[in-house]
Amino acid sequence: MIRRRDRWASVRRATWWLTLGVVFIPWWGAAHADAATNFDLEDRVREIASELRCVVCQNLSVADSPSDLAKEMRNLVRELVQQGKSREEIQAYFVSRYGEYVLLSPPKRGFNLLVWGLPFLAIAVGGGVVYLVVRRWTEQAPASRPAVDPTYAERVQRELKDREQV
Amino acid sequence: MTWKKLLIPLASVPLILLLAYGFRTDPKAIPSPLVQKPAPEFRLKAFDGGEVSLAELKGKPVVLNFWASWCYPACYEEAPLLEATWKRFKEQGLMMVGVDIQDKEANAREFLQRFGFTFPNVPDPGSKVSIDYGVYGVPETFFIDRQGQIVYKHVGALTPALVEAQVQALLKGK
Repeated sequence: MIRRRDRWASVRRATWWLTLGVVFIPWWGAAHADAATNFDLEDRVREIASELRCVVCQNLSVADSPSDLAKEMRNLVRELVQQGKSREEIQAYFVSRYGEYVLLSPPKRGFNLLVWGLPFLAIAVGGGVVYLVVRRWTEQAPASRPAVDPTYAERVQRELKDREQV
Repeated sequence: MTWKKLLIPLASVPLILLLAYGFRTDPKAIPSPLVQKPAPEFRLKAFDGGEVSLAELKGKPVVLNFWASWCYPACYEEAPLLEATWKRFKEQGLMMVGVDIQDKEANAREFLQRFGFTFPNVPDPGSKVSIDYGVYGVPETFFIDRQGQIVYKHVGALTPALVEAQVQALLKGK
């Protein structure tokens, strides 16, 4: 009898734990998943805000600026992300209000291509110039040896010979 | 080799042109993309309790001024001019709306009282309207025609001559 009661107790205990698990695990999971989406949202907001210029600062992004307007802009970005707007749509909205100036890196098209291309062009041209100059130096090195007066050369040869004979 | 002598001056021509373009533009002048575009709609609660909606003002030219009580001295300089312009032209159909941005309510009300503003003024919670108008500092003033198009945007304190010219043009316009 005692054994049987024991078994019942263990069954009850197991049921209790199972119930707890059935209730608790989904709850814990849901809470965790919520935290994850929140984290993703903040990440996304930061990513978009970091490419927007804080318009009242000097060279600070909306993500990094402590100013009130930047804070409001971050809130707006968060709201737009929650509405399901893409990064491009959000950027387009800010550009339509503030102009391209609001983007920290100018879009790669039209006149702006100069900004993206010129540094590389300058490095290529500079590299070419360095190559040409170095090549000229190395080519001229043998030719630049001063010509020796044949009379002196002859005299050196003669005196060397005399020395050997002594 | 004459072409080699020409190479250096020729190579510097594009650079000089680029610099000439760059130095002739004002780096501080940021043209608003909103000029010649429809003014963004807004509906906000006014300080005096009423509601201001831009759509409801269609058919009237509107002077839309962004200000703040902490914007000293520019907003304080232009405030009497705004009120005087409103008094002078409201009979002719001009509308004027003030938007107070990033302000404390008590300070804003003090500002309104100090200058005795009689045209509608609205606070802008969350700066939504300010961002929608691409405002980056106060004061900024938008001149909106009867069709609801932004005709002109002015950054900084207004001057009597500028207001006169813009308002007359708005009132004459269709």
